[in-house]
Amino acid sequence: MLRKFLDKQSRHFEKGGRLEKFHPIYEMIDTFLYSPGASTKGATHVRDGLDLKRMMTVVVVALIPATFMALYNTGYQANSALAAKGITTLEGWRYFILQLLGGGINPASFYDNILHGAVYFFPVYAVTIIAGGIWEVIFSIIRKEEINEGFLVTSLLFPLILPATIPLWQVAIGVSFGVVIGKEVFGGTGMNIVNPALLCRAFLFFAYPAEISGDAVWVAVDGFSQATPLSQAAAGGTTALAGAGFTLKDAFLGLIPGSMGETSTLACLIGAFILIVTGVGSWRIMVSVVAGLSFVVLLFNVISNGTNPMFHVPLQWHLVLGGFAFGTVFMATDPVSAAVTNIGKYIYGFLIGALAGLVRVVNPAFPEGMMLAILFGNVFAPVIDHYVVKFNINRRRSGYVGR
Amino acid sequence: MFEDYISLFIKSVFIENLALAFFLGMCTFLAVSKEVETAAGLGVAVVFVQAITVPVNNLIYNHLLKEGALAWLGYPNVDLSFIGLVTYIGVIAAMVQILEMALDKYVPSLYHALGIFLPLITVNCAILGGTLFMVERNYTFGESVVYGIGSGTGWALAIITLAGVREKMKYSNVPAGLRGLGITFITAGIMAMAFMLFSGIQL
Repeated sequence: MLRKFLDKQSRHFEKGGRLEKFHPIYEMIDTFLYSPGASTKGATHVRDGLDLKRMMTVVVVALIPATFMALYNTGYQANSALAAKGITTLEGWRYFILQLLGGGINPASFYDNILHGAVYFFPVYAVTIIAGGIWEVIFSIIRKEEINEGFLVTSLLFPLILPATIPLWQVAIGVSFGVVIGKEVFGGTGMNIVNPALLCRAFLFFAYPAEISGDAVWVAVDGFSQATPLSQAAAGGTTALAGAGFTLKDAFLGLIPGSMGETSTLACLIGAFILIVTGVGSWRIMVSVVAGLSFVVLLFNVISNGTNPMFHVPLQWHLVLGGFAFGTVFMATDPVSAAVTNIGKYIYGFLIGALAGLVRVVNPAFPEGMMLAILFGNVFAPVIDHYVVKFNINRRRSGYVGR
Repeated sequence: MFEDYISLFIKSVFIENLALAFFLGMCTFLAVSKEVETAAGLGVAVVFVQAITVPVNNLIYNHLLKEGALAWLGYPNVDLSFIGLVTYIGVIAAMVQILEMALDKYVPSLYHALGIFLPLITVNCAILGGTLFMVERNYTFGESVVYGIGSGTGWALAIITLAGVREKMKYSNVPAGLRGLGITFITAGIMAMAFMLFSGIQL
């Protein structure tokens, strides 16, 4: 029936139809629901059925565990904070929806936690989709191109790296900047220089630092302030972490305050597994990012002189805290903005990991360096590729002459 | 001592990058960054000019222009720092002229690739900026050598990176109004955002 409806509408969107201009929207809905009806004419060269749509779908599937943990942990953090303060009822539209769906604010209840997280996550997600989607549609109509699935991934990544308390208007501004300046002006999906979701966040980070950094934004309770484990570690090292009640296990599972989707290393590992098995994410990049961070952290552990407590924080904490795991698995491996050559991928990954560790330890301005380290890596990726290719050409040429 | 030099070098390359933190030398930065090879050539030229002019200007400032610097001639009260700008530019122009002749003789391909932009290094604000920062911060001679090399290297790194990005963008479908300089400005802005990574590091 749906098929019939779509077919019936198609004539409006074909060349010469009344709604010809909006063909991209029709095309988007049609191919999202059904395989495209148009087939190639003449000889085709299909090497693999892996197209953009399938690739993006795999990434979305890999993000499901992280999204799930985002819902649970956002609710869990909020509910625990409320329970600690002895608050039993709340005000506002979020709580209204929460009650409407039969949820409460009991931190021990799985359902309550998920639901409380959902009333924070889904508004942000919806704003991202709507605001970003409008820009996508405008650009594809002007360009007379099809609407691209790349935005599905960007729009899911972006809410996951935001704190739960972010004002919704800032979400709209951030995603508009990221989609237009980060992607569309460069020519759309596949042409962007840096990861659009990260650029959205970096823009918000520098434009509205009060709502995205500091101590008061990570737990979705008004007036409740708790530092993220990373900034506590920066202030007092592992003793401060233990003093605040963070255990390595909680940090690994993701039951710590932080941006919504980034806290759970376990969920990121599941995502990494899916990405590597399907070949969508590059294991070379993931491995070398971890190697880069390990190298820098171990180096600092050795040369520590006792003045900066962050020097002593052991490697296992660095690996599970902050956005490191999430950035490594989902951000650094973005095939468009990462290095393309195999040797280049190792260099690119190592650079990101090393810089992230460096910023965490020696830059007091930012407790977490993963976001900017990946942006930095993205910017350098083309040069790395250029020199790797050039090196290969020279090596082969000299080998040829030598023989 | 040695550690100070290393931290000054890192600071001048990354934290106080002339192109991406101070936005100096933008004209050549945007104009000669179409290809990595040319950009690398210009980058090397800038490193070379910086490494010579900053220390030379340092000597001139400390021994001729600074207040009381002429004490060795018997004029302890003379302050010539007001002719500083003219002197620095003169030194830079002379250095660039020598570099140009040397390139023309020994590396003609690079000489032709750089074209008009080589003489333009004379008025490149990154070069004069390096000298003025040196004066403002009262660097010693040793520090001025390190700072000259470091700030030049930072600028070269930035322009090579931008050229890499622009080479990658060659086939991008950029909106007509933004093609050329427009998109390059946006790219430089995004790069500057990534370089914010280093801002705040205390060495």
